[in-house]
Amino acid sequence: MNNIFVYCEVTEERTIADVSLELLSKGKKLAGDLNVKLEAVVIGHKVSGLEPLLYPYGVDVIHYADDERLFPYTTLPHTSIMLDLFEKEKPEIALFGATSIGRDIAPRVASALRCGLTADCTSLEIGDHFENKTQTEYKNLLYQIRPAFGGNIIATIINPETRPQMATVREGVMKKEIFSAKFKGKLKKIDARKILKDDDFAVTIIERHMEKSKIDIKNAQVIISGGYGVGSKENFNLLFDLADILGAQVGASRAAVDAGFVDHERQVGQTGVTVRPKLYIACGISGAVQHRAGMDQSAQIISINTDVSAPINQIADFTIVGNVADVIPKMIRFYKKNSK
Amino acid sequence: MRFRIIVLAKQVPDTRNVGKDAMKADGTVNRAALPAIFNPEDLHALEQALSIKDKIPEAEVILLTMGPFRAAEIIREAMYRGADRGYLITDRKFAGSDTLATSYALSLAVKKLAPYHLVISGRQAIDGDTAQVGPQTAEKLGIPQITYCEEIISVDAKKIIVKRRLERGVEVVNSTLPAAITVHGSAPVCRQRVAKLLMKYKHARTVTELQNETKDYTELYNDRPYLLIDEWTADDLNAQTEMLGLSGSPTKVKKIENVVFQHKDSKIIGSSDKEIESLMKELMKSHIIG
Repeated sequence: MNNIFVYCEVTEERTIADVSLELLSKGKKLAGDLNVKLEAVVIGHKVSGLEPLLYPYGVDVIHYADDERLFPYTTLPHTSIMLDLFEKEKPEIALFGATSIGRDIAPRVASALRCGLTADCTSLEIGDHFENKTQTEYKNLLYQIRPAFGGNIIATIINPETRPQMATVREGVMKKEIFSAKFKGKLKKIDARKILKDDDFAVTIIERHMEKSKIDIKNAQVIISGGYGVGSKENFNLLFDLADILGAQVGASRAAVDAGFVDHERQVGQTGVTVRPKLYIACGISGAVQHRAGMDQSAQIISINTDVSAPINQIADFTIVGNVADVIPKMIRFYKKNSK
Repeated sequence: MRFRIIVLAKQVPDTRNVGKDAMKADGTVNRAALPAIFNPEDLHALEQALSIKDKIPEAEVILLTMGPFRAAEIIREAMYRGADRGYLITDRKFAGSDTLATSYALSLAVKKLAPYHLVISGRQAIDGDTAQVGPQTAEKLGIPQITYCEEIISVDAKKIIVKRRLERGVEVVNSTLPAAITVHGSAPVCRQRVAKLLMKYKHARTVTELQNETKDYTELYNDRPYLLIDEWTADDLNAQTEMLGLSGSPTKVKKIENVVFQHKDSKIIGSSDKEIESLMKELMKSHIIG
């Protein structure tokens, strides 16, 4: 069987993005299950410290394309390099971050190779499949597991016939884990000049304004999160007030983001950020599975909801039956009263 | 050559407003209870196309959708808002298509509408959230893609300048034409229906819809041929059957689980002063907060 490849994103600081390290960690486990090697693909320019950074994740081979035209990322040159590599190496599995970059390049690559791609997986496993129609047994497929249909179902997707089996995964869904600090792989350089054509540069970047995400809900210890039930942008200010006092961050469900109550950067859930805080206070959030997929690992969950039967309450440690606009000011008041 | 913009759009079940009656007693989704709507980001895409038409009046905006017969509803909706015409790609052979098979069918339809300058779609549809069809269609057409468009800054017959909304910032890019663009939800919302266009197109129908009408519209359609919405089948697109539907879809659904909520021992309390105060005290005592 052929190997597992992870497309590694290069950050503004010219190092490798967290999401890619998380995927390498998961990729190493899958590679162990399949008894194959883990290979990383890095496409960029002047990326520093690749070998000491990536080998500890158990990377057997780093494929590195270094060319000044390859940073910042643009779709066509990166796609050309991936296709050239994949046509030679014929990966068994290829993983991408479900980021602005990963969700741009992965479908383009999958289309060119005519292989299957599953977006935003929340879990990846190895398993078998028996196809009744053709009476065919498939061994060691990649189970690509994701919520679908607005989060009302969980689907397990497989690609029995096509390779690579491709999937994207959001940042924070997989855990970043060092395989062995002493592990050593090898570096293979890709000669980008031989692959890139003039047509690959149809899109040029005129201007970029990148910032480190200021809102860091991923690493927050306490998150006050609001849903559609918060009711308005004004009511959301109450959540910010409570967050200020508790040193917390404000999160949101997709419905609240869609309603324009807060920025998309704060969205928790399958199409937002996955969080594991010590305390998650869900305010007016009904709890679609897509939202819960992003927060159900929280150590403590408090739900504030007027509807006692809201699905979120079933994973909550405490359910406060009441109105957000009424309960939060009380929480602020009693916190202040009891803290020294 | 007229500036031609093809908007790719999808009619989707409104998964964002899943009410209690949207789940059947056995816990499965009751699709019939979910209204079918114009995919929200595709409306943002339509707006981008119409705003180009505002600047280049001779530009034409063509809506292309793939789906069952009733998906003609979103073609009419687009015409009420300013699209010039639309095509419905519909065939039982398309059933079960994943994003790869869908983009294959769409790309054939787009090629049939060549020469074109722009293919604009929403970033993703709310029933799948994959964001794959736009880039995959672009790849099949062999044209560059610009994803997550928030604003089209300028466009002429040869090139386009687009502002993209990324996770951690914005990027302004220049692309040659033709190109494919996917539009982000942070782009301007779509303009409303125009009363004059509503009057003009309210009788627009596909052939299939006309067959089900009780009234005879033959004369009306002879007078106003623009009212007929074209339907294209797999044969009209010269599609290879093995690349369509289930056989053209490399991804297979192995298993579907209805969501079963894991049950935790939840303590239910009221919102009285006393109850909130004792909860806050408990959280502080266990050092979860404070």
